[in-house]
Amino acid sequence: MSYLKRIIYNCKQATFLIEKRSLGKITFREAFELRVHLVGCSFCRIYKKQSRVINEMVQELFRSSMQADRKLDDNFKKELQVRIEEELNKN
Amino acid sequence: MDHQLNPHHWVAAHADYLFGFAITRINDEELAKDLVQETFLAALEKVAKFEGKSSERTWLTAILKNKIIDVYRKKSSGLQNKMVKEAEDEQSDFFNADDGHWINNNGPKEFGIEDKDRLVSREFELIMQKCLQKLPALWMSVFTMKHIDEEATEVICTELKVTSANFWVIIHRAKLNLRACLQRSWI
Repeated sequence: MSYLKRIIYNCKQATFLIEKRSLGKITFREAFELRVHLVGCSFCRIYKKQSRVINEMVQELFRSSMQADRKLDDNFKKELQVRIEEELNKN
Repeated sequence: MDHQLNPHHWVAAHADYLFGFAITRINDEELAKDLVQETFLAALEKVAKFEGKSSERTWLTAILKNKIIDVYRKKSSGLQNKMVKEAEDEQSDFFNADDGHWINNNGPKEFGIEDKDRLVSREFELIMQKCLQKLPALWMSVFTMKHIDEEATEVICTELKVTSANFWVIIHRAKLNLRACLQRSWI
């Protein structure tokens, strides 16, 4: 298979580069190969969009579950503070 | 002005926050409670070393993060290897082994999340949670540390004992499985 054909077919490598670029650096050559691939591959163009949106959604999910009312029960908290006070008094 | 520590109000001021932080990352209520307790006790021993450069909450959260990483490490050894194997096997359905092209039926299709200004429904959130939980613990740990906690790649590699090459493979695989699970469950 020719060099160009390999780039055009290889979605596994293209999606790898999409992920790597979104979080780190890829080389100039890799960036070129990814661009060539994306021009011809509608699957990977969809993947690229979805990948970015998934990142944002995962972040939102974590943020919203942090804000959700997840409270420790009062007894547990009371005992915990007692434990801390005990430790403080030891010193 | 330098920050101060006041252990007498730790529980009232930070326990719920730390609990929420832990449970979104490890998804186990009992374990999350234990970690909150361990965090305070470990913090008491470090009070003398506190330099006042960060807020009390940031400082406590950093201690908790280390405890969570210990959990990640334990979870991703031993039995978990089987889960990694299964998750990797799933991927042989994604790409043609010869040329790396998507296998037609499993290739990405638009399923309504491509628009940036979409309205994310509660239903979709639940599917996302379910799909995240299917990831092997090591992949989930790497993914969370990078995407949510925005840790430096070198830090994650050191803490979780993965090579830099393997780190990128995991980031890629975690996203492939997550995306495929969303597409399967949502369409």
